[in-house]
Amino acid sequence: MPNMILTKCPMPVQEPFVRNKNFDEVALGYTYDMAVEEAKRCLGCPKKPCQSSCPVAIDIPSFIGRVAEGDMDGAYEILNQSTALPAVCGRVCPQETQCEGKCVRGIKGEPVAIGRLERFVADWHREHNKDAVTPPKSNGHKVAVIGAGPTGLTAAGDLAKMGYKVTVYEALHVAGGVLMYGIPEFRLPKNIVQTEIEGLKALGVDIETNMVIGQVLTIDELFEMGNEAIYIGSGAGLPRFMNISGESLKGVYSANEYLTRINLMKAYLPDSKTPIRKSKNVAVVGGGNVAMDAARSAKRMGAENVYIVYRRGMEELPARKEEIEHAEEEGIIFKTLTNPIEVLGDDNGEVIGMKCVEMTLGEPDESGRRRPIVKPDSEFVLDVDTMIMSIGTSPNPLIRSTTPGLDTNKHGCIITNGDDGLTTREGVYAGGDAVTGAATVILAMGAGKHAAKAIDEYIKSKSK
Amino acid sequence: MYKILEKVSLNPTVSKMVIDAPLIAKKAQAGQFVIVRAKDDSERIPLTVADYDRENGKVTIIYQIVGGSTMELDTLCVGDCVSDFVGPLGKPSKLENLKKVAVVGGGVGCAIAYPTAKRLHELGCEVHTVAGFRNKDLVILEDEFKAVSDKMVMMTDDGSYGEKGLVTAALEKLINEGNEYDEVIAIGPLIMMKFVCQVTKKYNIKTTVSMNPIMIDGTGMCGCCRLTVNGETKFACVDGPDFDGHLVDFDEAMIRSSMYKDFEVRKREENCNLLKKEVE
Repeated sequence: MPNMILTKCPMPVQEPFVRNKNFDEVALGYTYDMAVEEAKRCLGCPKKPCQSSCPVAIDIPSFIGRVAEGDMDGAYEILNQSTALPAVCGRVCPQETQCEGKCVRGIKGEPVAIGRLERFVADWHREHNKDAVTPPKSNGHKVAVIGAGPTGLTAAGDLAKMGYKVTVYEALHVAGGVLMYGIPEFRLPKNIVQTEIEGLKALGVDIETNMVIGQVLTIDELFEMGNEAIYIGSGAGLPRFMNISGESLKGVYSANEYLTRINLMKAYLPDSKTPIRKSKNVAVVGGGNVAMDAARSAKRMGAENVYIVYRRGMEELPARKEEIEHAEEEGIIFKTLTNPIEVLGDDNGEVIGMKCVEMTLGEPDESGRRRPIVKPDSEFVLDVDTMIMSIGTSPNPLIRSTTPGLDTNKHGCIITNGDDGLTTREGVYAGGDAVTGAATVILAMGAGKHAAKAIDEYIKSKSK
Repeated sequence: MYKILEKVSLNPTVSKMVIDAPLIAKKAQAGQFVIVRAKDDSERIPLTVADYDRENGKVTIIYQIVGGSTMELDTLCVGDCVSDFVGPLGKPSKLENLKKVAVVGGGVGCAIAYPTAKRLHELGCEVHTVAGFRNKDLVILEDEFKAVSDKMVMMTDDGSYGEKGLVTAALEKLINEGNEYDEVIAIGPLIMMKFVCQVTKKYNIKTTVSMNPIMIDGTGMCGCCRLTVNGETKFACVDGPDFDGHLVDFDEAMIRSSMYKDFEVRKREENCNLLKKEVE
């Protein structure tokens, strides 16, 4: 008999005004009993609408069924068939628009807490299962993956399971990509990311850090080294700025820089060697998940007032609902329908304020969202000493500029042949933000999965 | 891990290290840089490739001790390893098809100017080098420059070596003596590059500068190294580090470069105190 309670088992969390002063994980995770109870809410629909809207197509009702029976190892095995990074997905996927958005229980009441259950199973496995993974039998073929972020790691994991010898080339000194430099510790602890990466290494995946492909080795050289296919998952690139006056003042960061200093370079630790500004009043410009991460990080770094400045309204914020709620609880101030027009500085070049205008929403534009229009005579100055620009990125140029025959679109994104990620070069596949522009971890993982399958088919057809 | 094969002190605050890095040595070109992390919790420091030996897989870096991180790098000795060494980063300098070039180096910037002068010399270009230092004790790479320069002018601020005065005065003198340069390449402190550009603008000589802003990843991700060139935002790590000096907003670059000055001074003092304690 299913558990017919209409609401999800609440997630235990750190109290907002405790957690906004530390970098420990906000959500504490279900207990065993909570997980089993929540799992019993699943009706086990035979049509599995949840699975159809999962970018990596996890067999959700089956894994939840195992949790309900208390078979956590069995549940993990099912997750493991579809995702290389379950502890990550369980934490950062926008489940409300994917699996949980299609859950039948959500029609009347709240959907099953699929994300929280996925996280529970992955965490349970990490804490309880110490069995060594045996690498699959080699099929004698080599594949190179560029970028050790979500898409590259997913492709590498899937290919390794098929028996390929995979080498992942990572530009930074540590693998994980945005999971390490972008998403903060309080949302995704870095030891969890590293444990998942260790799992891939146990499958036989080689990860070479400090390798900037396009500079130290080209795509053509990777082929000469015996790789039969290459997967490019080099990620989103350089931050965009608004091109308003004052953006080069001291105290203006891109979200990428601010988060990299804090996450990758550990500027939040008291003895860190990486400098970061001591801010009192911070404006984060933008409304996506990255903006929420930057704002919540700034609060934890000791800022008194942190504003999210966004030109559309609360309804239009592109960030996940949970991230917005967590930010509000932690005291982040939302200044929506507001747009900066100038950053003000003092004689030493330090930020001392941000001149803004108020906006109203007009008719929907080509993106379907209502177009923001400047309200006349609405100028005002927001008293801030730090500004963090979080308005998106444009793709990294290093690979496209050194790879003949690799076509990109007008934004610099790599052009692929639809779902399987094949680029305009034979044997070269691409996915994730390098193709789509800034998107989510799970979409990047889905792309990695599809590309791994396509690469397998390509190499098999070639060797026939 | 990347092994330190040689380490030489060039002057009281500037040292040279030769690192075992065959892949980078194979690809590095004049004008490019590497990012070094001394230890596994160190900062990422961008340093220009000062020299490379493709056959033996060696890359030379020259660094000045300015803050905590460079001081930490300097605690490592021959036989030790640096934790991370990544490159070659940035675009190579465009040095082909130049007939006569003035290379102007200032202080530790000479470490960056040297591979440029060397490459120009190899390409058969006539090289005039102007090297400036605060005083005689700080002079580096003099013999190396002489070996690749058709003319060499040494300047010191206090006149303790070579001629007394600034590099701009020496450059202007060379121009006035009738030297017609295809290009001037200026590498050194921002203030020096700014004034070199003012001189060359007056004579309408194309001038390339090598920018070294604060960086983190150095691979085109964080946007920390941005600067304004001809009114546009550019990133030194992927668009540079070489730029047309007449188009660079030096005043802005100077402000940005001072962002963490207080922090660096504090960290350096902390490191000194730690070292002192160890010695005691």
